[in-house]
Amino acid sequence: MRSNVTEYELTAPRSLDAVLQILADSPDRYTPIAGGTELMVALGAGRLQPKKLISLWNLKELRFIEVTPDAVIIGAATTFTDIRKHPIVTAEFSILAQAASWTGSIANQNRGTLGGNIVNASPAADSPPVLLAYDAAVTLVSTRGIRTIPYRDFHISYKRTDLAQDELLHSITLSRNMHGYTTYVRKVGTRNAQAISKVAVAIVASSNHGVIESIRIGAASLRETPARLVATEQSLLKQKITPATIAKARAAILSETIPIDDIRSTAKYRSVVAANLIEEFLQTL
Amino acid sequence: MQADRGKFEMTRVALTVNDEKRIVETPPMKRLLDVLREDLHLTGAKEGCGEGECGACAVLMNGDLVNSCLVPILQTQGAEIITIEGIAIDKKLHPIQQCFLEQGGAQCGICTPGMILATYHLLENIPQPTLLQIQEGLNGNLCRCTGYMRIFNSVLAAAAKATPQSETQ
Repeated sequence: MRSNVTEYELTAPRSLDAVLQILADSPDRYTPIAGGTELMVALGAGRLQPKKLISLWNLKELRFIEVTPDAVIIGAATTFTDIRKHPIVTAEFSILAQAASWTGSIANQNRGTLGGNIVNASPAADSPPVLLAYDAAVTLVSTRGIRTIPYRDFHISYKRTDLAQDELLHSITLSRNMHGYTTYVRKVGTRNAQAISKVAVAIVASSNHGVIESIRIGAASLRETPARLVATEQSLLKQKITPATIAKARAAILSETIPIDDIRSTAKYRSVVAANLIEEFLQTL
Repeated sequence: MQADRGKFEMTRVALTVNDEKRIVETPPMKRLLDVLREDLHLTGAKEGCGEGECGACAVLMNGDLVNSCLVPILQTQGAEIITIEGIAIDKKLHPIQQCFLEQGGAQCGICTPGMILATYHLLENIPQPTLLQIQEGLNGNLCRCTGYMRIFNSVLAAAAKATPQSETQ
């Protein structure tokens, strides 16, 4: 059953400051809505719980891509289309552009935002594995001030994040130090277009004469949140790629992933495919 | 639920639809799709899935293809919306529409408005798309008659005929 739209309040302040003031002053929780590709689906299905919403769509303070000598900073309300069209992002952070390219259809990429994808906190979301592999930082803002934390610390448990009630995700920062790194991303879903992932893995690594010097692995649908696979990374550090190393890495993946059975796939399939993806990457080094 | 009615203010939204300025008084979370169909009586945009998967409700918002079932009307304040009703030029079919007609790109017709707007958006961005680019450009538009080959042929024919820039100038 569709929701009764007259039960919902939506306000669209003209500035970020005005949004933050409302979040700070209101005794009730306001739910931010940007491109609506998640919340409007819930509205249409009659299961949108929050009744008070605040629009972030097109707020210029949140929709930007800023390039500095050291970093690329992406505003939380930047769309996936904005990301795919940006020359520096596509050149230097190609697996982010690639993940953006399979985040829903073109129409949804024109509306869906990077910040929304993060804050919605689905364990199956498309951009988080890549952001984890790049070791992105996230900047959170409220009337109390600004703080920046590693993205890997943002997701606390299933659908719970480090955001306080009066805080917004402001931006995502990627360090421009990817020279010499090898990157990998692969999403496995029912079909190429539009499907939600069964499992996805993103990797940023460097190696010297076949020995892995650094590696970061971000994964979707393998734990209750998007997650770094730290034990798997540790099992590979300073190792040469041999059948024995690969076997160890596969065992590490099984030890640290807690996939689930659901409508999209089974836990067993997810963990085996995750191991296959990581092995596929290792074979290319 | 009856007691809740009227609890929230209706919102006045001014937008441009097919080059005409329109003002609607509406609950702010009402879907653009419903405003188009119910308030403005433009029934070209269709409701297929109602969850952004099928593209039957696709329209252009400030030139970008969007699913109108996922746009709260308040976010269209000041926006320019183009629906399938606004695609024809001087009451003559747009060349994309003409190509869909000639190539048999429409069967039952439910997906066709969205397909044509997605094609319009694609050709604005990529005037001469490859088949792969056409498939990506239309991957958010489902045709349950499964007439995809004829739809792709329609897009190829429209691209061959002219680019959208030269037609609108």
